Amino acid sequence: MGWLDVFRSNDKKTSAQTAKERLQVVVAHRRGGGGDHPAYFPQLQQDLLAVLRKYVQVGDDAVQMEIEREGDLEVLELNITLPEDSRH
Amino acid sequence: MAKIIVVTSGKGGVGKTTTAASFAAGLAMRGNKTVVIDFDVGLRNLDLIMGCERRVVFDFINVISGEANLKQALIRDKRHENLYILAASQTRDKDALNQEGVERTLNKLAEDFDYIICDSPAGIETGAIMAMYFADEALVVTNPEVSSVRDSDRVLGMLSSKTKRAKEGGEPVKEHLVVTRYAANRVGKGEMLSLDDINDILGIPLLGVIPESEKVLNASNSGTPVAMEDNADAGQAYLDLVARFLGENRPMRFTEAKKKFLDRLMGR
Repeated sequence: MGWLDVFRSNDKKTSAQTAKERLQVVVAHRRGGGGDHPAYFPQLQQDLLAVLRKYVQVGDDAVQMEIEREGDLEVLELNITLPEDSRH
Repeated sequence: MAKIIVVTSGKGGVGKTTTAASFAAGLAMRGNKTVVIDFDVGLRNLDLIMGCERRVVFDFINVISGEANLKQALIRDKRHENLYILAASQTRDKDALNQEGVERTLNKLAEDFDYIICDSPAGIETGAIMAMYFADEALVVTNPEVSSVRDSDRVLGMLSSKTKRAKEGGEPVKEHLVVTRYAANRVGKGEMLSLDDINDILGIPLLGVIPESEKVLNASNSGTPVAMEDNADAGQAYLDLVARFLGENRPMRFTEAKKKFLDRLMGR
């Protein structure tokens, strides 16, 4: 253990914090799916897939999108999974 | 006009039946004529928790199928004259529950009772949907634990899509969060989701917090709803919950870790 770890252990997450963060991901997903998404969401997803496919072969689920709301701020979270062999 | 309240959770073993029994008992103790119905066909347990297992002659399914009338099937609690239970069938399977039959039975009960409590089975299948379908309000029972919270979230989704109120576009089912098996000392140590955490995730108003307590097992051993036990922390918490449900303002209890003896001496 390096000497820096002594300081690091202070801000180590508790297991309850980890639980909350994990839940927020899975639960936000359902909330988002319940009509909370902007109407353009599915189309944007399809368009992004089309662009991607010009360059790499990806499956239908390669583009994951979420909207996160924090007060007045909206964050579009875009997660693109590339296949393992996409780098040449 | 009777109010129909479903006690539901998705996940099993979180305390639905315990909550249904104590909620019904608490409402009855406050002078409301209350019936609690076990919707867990095939796995009935409410009768055991209420301590009337030897008095079940006819059950909910017998009533639905017309083999018995409500008067024959309703069991009056020996401790409170306002409290009745309608047991589930142990032998039939859950397909014996049909929407028309449930509606007919609930309508008949509504003529006589102030509150109808529906104790939902675990899962999200027919039985659970049947239990919530006609509900005006819902108690969503949740443990401070990841799988329970996620399942409660699923159930909230169903309450807003699969119920009669949702389908007919009326006022939505009023949702209440009930957190059970809460261990304040573990929350204090960061080992358990706190009330705020659960609230942030599920986003429905908190009606009550029931502490993790050995009194719950003691009460179920003897077939007494824990709300009827004197000096039981969990029972007191259920009575508080009932009072809040009836519109009283009661602060949450049992949500702070017990202070150690030394801390108390030092005034910490």
